[in-house]
Amino acid sequence: MDQLMTGKRGLIMGLANDKSIAWGIAQALHSAGAEIAVTYHGAPMLKRVTPLAEQLNAPIVLDCDVSDAASVAQARDEVAKLWDSIDFIVHAIGFSDKSELRGRYVDTSRDNFLTTMDVSVYSFTSVVQVFEPLLAPGASCLTLSYFGAEKVMPNYNVMGVAKAALEASVMYLAADLGKSQVRVNAISAGTIKTLAASGIGDFRKIMNHTEGSSPLRRSVTQEEVGKSALYLLSDLGSAVTGEVLHVDAGYHVVGMPPLEQDDA
Amino acid sequence: MSDIADRVKKIVVEHLGVEESKVVDAASFIDDLGADSLDTVELVMAFEEEFGIEIPDDAAETIQTFQDATKFITEATES
Repeated sequence: MDQLMTGKRGLIMGLANDKSIAWGIAQALHSAGAEIAVTYHGAPMLKRVTPLAEQLNAPIVLDCDVSDAASVAQARDEVAKLWDSIDFIVHAIGFSDKSELRGRYVDTSRDNFLTTMDVSVYSFTSVVQVFEPLLAPGASCLTLSYFGAEKVMPNYNVMGVAKAALEASVMYLAADLGKSQVRVNAISAGTIKTLAASGIGDFRKIMNHTEGSSPLRRSVTQEEVGKSALYLLSDLGSAVTGEVLHVDAGYHVVGMPPLEQDDA
Repeated sequence: MSDIADRVKKIVVEHLGVEESKVVDAASFIDDLGADSLDTVELVMAFEEEFGIEIPDDAAETIQTFQDATKFITEATES
């Protein structure tokens, strides 16, 4: 029987381990029948990604350094050897010096500011740009953001500034690629304890706070982000582009944490 | 050997793919058991999940050896 993603092929970039949000997305796409190519960066990631790529039966597993234009172009060429076109790209990549993901934003260094913007923001534009010739009509591109783009979250610092720029670039990319019926969206996921999140100072405290304050009074799972990603990446979201979808148990609507007595 | 040490050892053996006999008290995850810096983060996450505890950042940085891990977890689960 045909499933939502039967016959669809695409790329997941930034899978780290089985706690990754990208893994939740990969599993949702795989269960829905998608063929998935995987990119990682560097040997420490290869050993983590290999068993996951096997579970996905990924026909392509590539080392891709998104801060290097030649590496992204090479990834496109490798993908193009196997597939004439692709139907989705999932970009789950970000980086910042973790010593600056604590303390004050005002102390951010120029070097780390630029690196964070390059790897966490420009990389999405670069990937979409380089893969544009391969994107089939109806294709869907997705990146991952966080509420720290919209409001101040403790310790998120320069990453929040980067996510704000990333969300803005989603709009501009959506406008550019819309003519080709290619969609571009982001998911702003709630706090999930991932390898990347462990670089954020006192992440556990942030997670506990958001769990208690969210309308759903809980955190979200990788699987739940995967289900929402499936909507945006499949035909279910065929008229949705330029959107930042909050998959955060509703945390983004809260102005003040619930009063204790309301919970009685 | 306590139940906690057994469970910690099982996680370390599975995660790092090392011989059980190498996971002795003084064994350093990085220096003796071949862990990289991401492995140490993943181990701490695995301990939190297995024992239902929270390991704050500053404590996580002090967990370098098998004994560090069992000691911290024993204290955390007693409180």
